[in-house]
Amino acid sequence: MTDTSATTRDAAVRRPSRRRTALAVAVGSLLLAGCNWYPTYGAPTGVTKQGNDTFKLYSGMMTVGVIVGGAVGILIIYTVFRYRKRSDAMPKQFHEHVVLEIIYTVVPILIVAGLFVFTVITENSVDATAPVNATVTSTGTPVVNVDVEAFQWGWTFKYPNLGIQVTGETLNGPGGHGPQMVLPEGETVQITLTSDDVIHGFYVHDFNFSRYALPGVVNIFDLNLTRTGTFPGQCTQFCGLYHSEMLFSVKSDTPAAFNAWVATQQKASLFNGSNAETTPPPGTKTSPASATPPTPTLPTVKASS
Amino acid sequence: MTTLIERPDELTPEGPRGPAGIEEVEHEHAHHEGPSGWLKWLTSTDHKVIGKSYMITSLVIFFMAGVMALFIRAQLAQPDSSLLSFQTYNELFTMHGSLMLYLFAGPFAFGGLANYIVPIQIGAPDMAYPRLNALSYWLYLSGSITMISGFFVAGGAASFAWVAYAPLSNATNSPGAGPDLWLISLGLTGFSAIFTGVNLVGTIFYLRAPGMTMFRMPIFTWNMLVTGILILIAFPVLFAAVVMLFCDRHFGTHIFSVQGGGSPVLWQHLFWFFGHPEVYILALPFFGIVTDIIPVFSRKPLFGYRGMVFATMAIAALSTGVWAHHMFTTGVVLLPFFSLLSYLIAVPTGIKFFNWIGTMWRGQISFKTPMLFSVGFLFAFLMGGVTGVLLASPPVDFQVHDTYFVVAHFHQVLIGTTVFAGFAGFYFWYPKMFGRMLREGLGKAHFWFLFIGFWLTFMPQYLLGLQGMPRRIAEYSTAPGWQGLNDLSTAGAFIIGFSFLFFLVNLVVSWRKPVAAGDNPWDGHALEWFTSSPPPHHNFTHLPPIRSERPTWDYNHPEARTLIHKKSDGASAAARSEKAPVEVDA
Repeated sequence: MTDTSATTRDAAVRRPSRRRTALAVAVGSLLLAGCNWYPTYGAPTGVTKQGNDTFKLYSGMMTVGVIVGGAVGILIIYTVFRYRKRSDAMPKQFHEHVVLEIIYTVVPILIVAGLFVFTVITENSVDATAPVNATVTSTGTPVVNVDVEAFQWGWTFKYPNLGIQVTGETLNGPGGHGPQMVLPEGETVQITLTSDDVIHGFYVHDFNFSRYALPGVVNIFDLNLTRTGTFPGQCTQFCGLYHSEMLFSVKSDTPAAFNAWVATQQKASLFNGSNAETTPPPGTKTSPASATPPTPTLPTVKASS
Repeated sequence: MTTLIERPDELTPEGPRGPAGIEEVEHEHAHHEGPSGWLKWLTSTDHKVIGKSYMITSLVIFFMAGVMALFIRAQLAQPDSSLLSFQTYNELFTMHGSLMLYLFAGPFAFGGLANYIVPIQIGAPDMAYPRLNALSYWLYLSGSITMISGFFVAGGAASFAWVAYAPLSNATNSPGAGPDLWLISLGLTGFSAIFTGVNLVGTIFYLRAPGMTMFRMPIFTWNMLVTGILILIAFPVLFAAVVMLFCDRHFGTHIFSVQGGGSPVLWQHLFWFFGHPEVYILALPFFGIVTDIIPVFSRKPLFGYRGMVFATMAIAALSTGVWAHHMFTTGVVLLPFFSLLSYLIAVPTGIKFFNWIGTMWRGQISFKTPMLFSVGFLFAFLMGGVTGVLLASPPVDFQVHDTYFVVAHFHQVLIGTTVFAGFAGFYFWYPKMFGRMLREGLGKAHFWFLFIGFWLTFMPQYLLGLQGMPRRIAEYSTAPGWQGLNDLSTAGAFIIGFSFLFFLVNLVVSWRKPVAAGDNPWDGHALEWFTSSPPPHHNFTHLPPIRSERPTWDYNHPEARTLIHKKSDGASAAARSEKAPVEVDA
């Protein structure tokens, strides 16, 4: 009898602990397996290192939001259906529960504290920049500097170290989608963003990133492209009449293809005898001499008036 | 036998009252035999008349701005749309935002509902400064006409968005009289708001009836007190900024222009220092409305009354320190500070949610129209609140700033508050104001069409934002594939528009075939349900004893009286019984 009961007790003690271990292993392996898996909730995963960091933060916060918002929503739905009027009986007139109130004050504080920690970590990585005007990063990868100047209504992309400049207004450029900025994949790109007139917003959807182009302020940020492709961009800060047509695109290419593009551009500007450093007055159409991207394009007349 | 109304500072707030006694507070009835008809309306200083004027004016503006929204949605229903010119589109979205935010949402809440209801809820005969109150309304009306008249001047109305960012709003980039009229309008309506804020604070501090201690005020009154204080913090800054911008436009002061040594970012700081408290000026009154409605239709006292009050104060305090979360993408603000404070606002807001749920918990909830709208508010504001927490994170803000994600977020918050909660309040208090009921069937039809249209309009906009559609664009090409979601959104917007036909029909039907409301159609809690519908001049002929935050309920349901301090130790019970003998449990 003693034996049996001891065994039973042992088993009873052991079984849940085994179950717990199994559960821990299952959850752990799920977490490990899930390391590279984040639900997108409709957002792009980001084609830059910075954009991908932002995406991961967004995805995690959305998950928390879905859980917390879903729980509160279900609680409301339950309450509304469960306690709909069934009789004229007077409900109990309670009006407080101090412990419960403290719990639902403290728990949200802990949740937002956690969100804040992850926010600061991501924010620091997204905002980190290589030293200004450096040509290589501390780890030795080259830095491509691009000065982006927004104006009503278009963009100028200057490569100060390479002597190249691309300018375009509204709907001209490849595919009628504004001027194109060509960048190398895998290298560090440092953007120096300014505006000549009003406030504009530099925004590339696939970068998960936007920054104001402010008159009187120089904004600097880094990008590390992790994929090749062409990514549409657009002004997001309302800037006047043709705000909707202030398009541009970013073409990410392999470093070799990028260097070839640079060589073509430099030859083109030499051939035309124009100095790439001179800025054409704002409002001029794409100058074929200094700004033709590799794909031949025709300046398009604005589609709608 | 006429007892003159005593000045409140001559009354002991906790003066001894008979347990079941009704206090005779008869007013002198002779002095208000004034003019009648139009002249009465023009010269009235009665808070009820002014409140109704405010409500009618702001609702007319609401419908104007709503029609503008339908034009905006119609334009965006197809790519490369040419329904509206760029200039017209830009004017329409600017004026849609300006009318809704400056001329509808705030004035409807603090000029309309609060003006009418707050004095009655605290047992006061009128607002503290009746003539100032009238001046508020006339400034508001003239300011509103000023802004709308922008459409009729050469160059058209202002077209620099409701935030008027410098330097787009300067004389070079936005010439013409339209922008000037817009600025003058903000000056006029800004002072109107300031005067109303002064009036609310003064009224609530000085005109409470005997027994109406601070912690017995209905939450709507509490929230209007805090709103009044926020108005006094925020609107003077807006006024100053508007004057500076006007001087920049006309006198070359260069406050916001780089060329003259000024700073465009300064405009954003000043504007959002007003703008973020303003968001809560547009939200707190509506939180107050649903906090008054939910207990009535659950037949229970509010759960966590004090928590609610402190949550409101916490929201107000935090709201003055989060303005730069609108400026994360400028690259020139301290991100962690503004991010942390913005996150923290989720805490008191969460407390409110749980208190609302706790109030309904184990109640007997009857879904009359005001309650339906209040529950609609809970869902709308929950969604707007959760996406708001996301936006408090600077990297996520970089990702979706100035896209339709943000548009969806703040429309869910603002329609949740001003429309769902606002119309909840309208349906709730209409019987009190006009002595007649609105039709339940039409009210419920209004709600369901609005509710469906609301989700159909704004859920696709979150996705559009995540797919990269910027806000304030008059056209988009076919390339990004945004048309399908835009079509859903446009369909939803027209369903919202359609829902308001039920509201208008309801007003007409209820007016032409009146159904008498009686004094207390909902079995209400606060003092406004004790007086007649509509209330007499100076509001009360007598008052019930005020022993809790729901004196009318206590009077009508002595068996279910609110027992504020039910379980506590003997010492404080003794102190209490000395203070308020009526609360001792029978």
